[in-house]
Amino acid sequence: MDNLFNRKYIIQGLFIAIALILLGTLFYIQVASDKYFLSAESNVLRKLYTFPARGVILDRNEKVLVQNEPVYDLMVIPNQVKDFDTLALCNIVGIDMKRFKKSFNKAMSQSRYQPSIFEKQLSIQIYAALSEQLSRFPGFFVQSRTVRYYPDSAAGHFFGFVKEVSQKDIDESEGYYRPGDYIGKGGVEKQYNDVLRGEKGIINMLYDAHNVPKGSYAEGRFDTLARSGEKVVSSLDFRIQKLGEQLMKNKVGSIVAIEPATGEILAFVSSPGYDPNLMVGRQQGNNYMDLINQEKNPNRVFTVRPIQGYYSPGSAFKPLDALLGLQEGVIDPNTTFNCPGYFMAGNHRVKCEHVDGPIALRKGLARSCNTYALYVFQKLITQKKFANQRIAYDAWQQKVKKFGLGEKLGVDLPAERTGRLYNSDFYNKRYGNRAWGYTTVISLGIGQGEMDATPLQMANIMAIIANRGYYIKPHLIKAIGENRTIKKEYARKNYVDVDARHFEPVIDGMQDAVSAPWGTARQSMIDNIIMCGKTGTVQNPRGKNHSVFIGFAPRDNPKIAIAVIVENAGYGSSYAAPIASYITEKYLKDSIAVNKRASVEWMKKQVILPVPPKPKVKLKPLLTDSAKKDSIKNAVKAPKTLATPSVKPVQTTKPIEIVKPIQTTK
Amino acid sequence: MSTQQGNRFFFNVDWITILLYVALCTIGVVNIYASIFNGSTASEFNFSTSYGKQLIYVITGLILGFSILLLDAKFFSIFSPIVYGITMLLLVLVLVVGRKVGGNQAWIPLGSFRLQPSELAKFGTALLLARYISTFSPKLRDIKSIFFAAVIIVIPLFLIMLQPDMGSGLVFLSFMFPLYREGLSGYFLLIFLGMIVLFIADFLVPIEILLPIVLAIGGLFIYQNRRKQKIMFSSIIVTVVAVLYLFTVKLAYNKLLEPHQKTRIEIMLGLKTDPKGAGYNVIQSKIAIGSGQLTGRGFLEGTQTKYGYVPEQSTDFIFSTIGEEWGFAGCFTVIALYIFMLLRVINLAERQRSTFSRVYGYCVASIIFFHVFINIGMTIGIIPVIGIPLPFISYGGSSLWSFTVLLFIFLKLDSNRMGFI
Repeated sequence: MDNLFNRKYIIQGLFIAIALILLGTLFYIQVASDKYFLSAESNVLRKLYTFPARGVILDRNEKVLVQNEPVYDLMVIPNQVKDFDTLALCNIVGIDMKRFKKSFNKAMSQSRYQPSIFEKQLSIQIYAALSEQLSRFPGFFVQSRTVRYYPDSAAGHFFGFVKEVSQKDIDESEGYYRPGDYIGKGGVEKQYNDVLRGEKGIINMLYDAHNVPKGSYAEGRFDTLARSGEKVVSSLDFRIQKLGEQLMKNKVGSIVAIEPATGEILAFVSSPGYDPNLMVGRQQGNNYMDLINQEKNPNRVFTVRPIQGYYSPGSAFKPLDALLGLQEGVIDPNTTFNCPGYFMAGNHRVKCEHVDGPIALRKGLARSCNTYALYVFQKLITQKKFANQRIAYDAWQQKVKKFGLGEKLGVDLPAERTGRLYNSDFYNKRYGNRAWGYTTVISLGIGQGEMDATPLQMANIMAIIANRGYYIKPHLIKAIGENRTIKKEYARKNYVDVDARHFEPVIDGMQDAVSAPWGTARQSMIDNIIMCGKTGTVQNPRGKNHSVFIGFAPRDNPKIAIAVIVENAGYGSSYAAPIASYITEKYLKDSIAVNKRASVEWMKKQVILPVPPKPKVKLKPLLTDSAKKDSIKNAVKAPKTLATPSVKPVQTTKPIEIVKPIQTTK
Repeated sequence: MSTQQGNRFFFNVDWITILLYVALCTIGVVNIYASIFNGSTASEFNFSTSYGKQLIYVITGLILGFSILLLDAKFFSIFSPIVYGITMLLLVLVLVVGRKVGGNQAWIPLGSFRLQPSELAKFGTALLLARYISTFSPKLRDIKSIFFAAVIIVIPLFLIMLQPDMGSGLVFLSFMFPLYREGLSGYFLLIFLGMIVLFIADFLVPIEILLPIVLAIGGLFIYQNRRKQKIMFSSIIVTVVAVLYLFTVKLAYNKLLEPHQKTRIEIMLGLKTDPKGAGYNVIQSKIAIGSGQLTGRGFLEGTQTKYGYVPEQSTDFIFSTIGEEWGFAGCFTVIALYIFMLLRVINLAERQRSTFSRVYGYCVASIIFFHVFINIGMTIGIIPVIGIPLPFISYGGSSLWSFTVLLFIFLKLDSNRMGFI
């Protein structure tokens, strides 16, 4: 053996060393790292989605309110597209070349291998024309989807609308939503989106390198079927919902009706309304822009007035004065006050509509006597058991809040507002710690001043009175799914801490308001039904008084509590009260008495629209001018009181005067 | 041995190597089947499919191999110049009449069969190199003998580079191992290694930094050996050559290599990523191998393999099938089989009496080793994509037969080790 024999070991060693390098690298990519394993999965696995039908919405009589209609999305897989007659495709689909290029480039940028939406929501007519010729356009195919159809074209605010998801929705959905999916964007469609949307079906497909499907992954073990959205039963009664919308046509305002025993909302009218079908389909964007266009629709169509509109409750608040007075023991049903046609709050005179003389609870409410209500309010705030009026005020405010004022009621709709009702801090800040008393806030006693309520809150107060002391949170959906479940909070009674026995005298007064010869709401009488109610004629700094009616019926075992507000329509008795009676009659009797039908038709035809606001820039200086004049006028009238801009002169100043200077300076 | 009396032709044949050979060929057929399996239905056995053909190649290869065992051992030594001459002629011929496949003019069509002369040139060169060293028994220390040995290697290398088939050309560098075994200075190997290191470094490190480093290392060597004149002198030469090399290699790289070869090198060095283009093969191959994890997805269960994500999977990228379906365990087994075979061949070579047999044995081991290293290295991305097959496993008659002939000639020589050649 020569010494070169040792070189054998060097060569063998080199072979082994290099083999170990190979094995080391293999160990890294196969065992230590799962990067390649995951890449392999994403190579072959594609998730295909099948879209569920959105849940159906029924009304309380099981009438179908929302259906799903098929539409057709034209999809494209860019890398399968071959040369074709682009113009022909454009003509069939009804787009121009510019849009074609834009859509195609967008699809390209999303993925060359995965399908993207090219043109969405083609009608069945276009689909029919297209499907005959689809073979001419390789790489294009049609995917069917469903969109909403609202057969009654009513209750747009209740439904809200369904729209393509935004990037924000996608980010927040933790992977559920993908571009092009739809999501509820308002109303019940939004509030109950999770229930209504259902679950997308997933098919895990294997694809080969040429993007040819090769069958399902793991024999479909991980696939899921699309599950349709749950059926949802609304509490609305579409008979009165539609009647309400007809009655409110060409008027601005709200109707809210509640079934007192359950808190179920029977009617939810917000006027001006819109046809929910406008918010579906390819024209959705254009229609939306039209609806928010100030020129075409000056009265803010998308404001959901029943839960977002702020109105002084006005006379509708007076039953609360009486109830709290009785509960606190500062009055009894026979306590009599004298009404000389005004109430003196310190040195400040608050006018009453009538000169009633001695007046007790029942007549006070029936006549909607300001003086009576203010005496009760005075007694409540000046009770001896409280160290001072500020503390008494806070106690009062807490009791009023129990009735659902100044707080969200928690209705099942997005964007409910609270209304306004302040505690003593607010006044301490405004006037100084000891510098205010009941005289300062006296207008609260008649539901004015720093108090605003939404129509829903007003209707809810009526439900409380109808129930003699409690309410169930008002809600629009009474049953979800096959099992007809409902959230616990919509079944629980919320007591207002006023004993049931105190309600009867108050209800007496409200009954008289409707049916006694001296009542203010005689226009809302219904044959054979005892209706209890109150009218309100609510001051409004921007125009004519709002016409308000709140009430419930029948007196015993009430079935419906209602609040009607017609903006700028003047006295409560002129518009709101009759509208409320038509709704109530329709609901309770299923039809309106023959002799009233003419007035119903008349009501439908009335046009009471506020003067469209002028462009704000020009208006502003004028407005402040007139506002100044207004406050000066108030100051002159009540020079020695703590009159504040918030204490509006009760039913004296005709707000039309404010409008006039604007019109004349035109 | 029981066959001693009955069959004297197979007397002394190393059955262990044959067993390893058969094992690797079987692995080849099985994985070719998996590579072309498209996932839908298990296709019936059919000789027109790749795995069917490969099975035929294996059987005919075995017949060819055993026929070689029947030949007289002296034949190879005597006829080696002629075999070499014929293969060189074929290499010239392929440049004239060859068919271009994939950019390389490497094939001579013979009816339905395509002959790849570069495969034949490997054992032609191996035979002549063994003959030269055994006949003249040079010590490979003087310039003259190194020159002659180099000429034997460079002629086919040059002809193959004209095709141009860089992969097959590179394999001829494997003849450095037998030459080293026969006395070539280890410095040649080191210089060669240094050239590769500098080549790669030239890409990764800017010249402003690399040049001082090279000069510093060179300077250190010169300073350390300042008393030993001879070593100092060669250190100076090496340093100067290294610096010149640094400046010329980029130039040569840019001038001599094809764009696709440059891209492959740059991808391997991580200078370029091109997942849709030239890098696609390597990325998909790594994904397939990586997804096999420890034990693999199982036979016919590899999704990357079934659904054709790895191009050239039954030929050059067959190792990715093994990696995906059999996992690290399978890869380990295959590499272990190769290493076992290579060490076995080297041990057999060392027990030869004749220098011819020993040199030839080293040639066989080195050629197979180069193929295995480059091919597997390529599939896992540590070597640029060079299209050479994995011995005994990759699909293809030419390659299988030439490896069979290469190996069985050595087995014949080994079985006759007691005789004289």
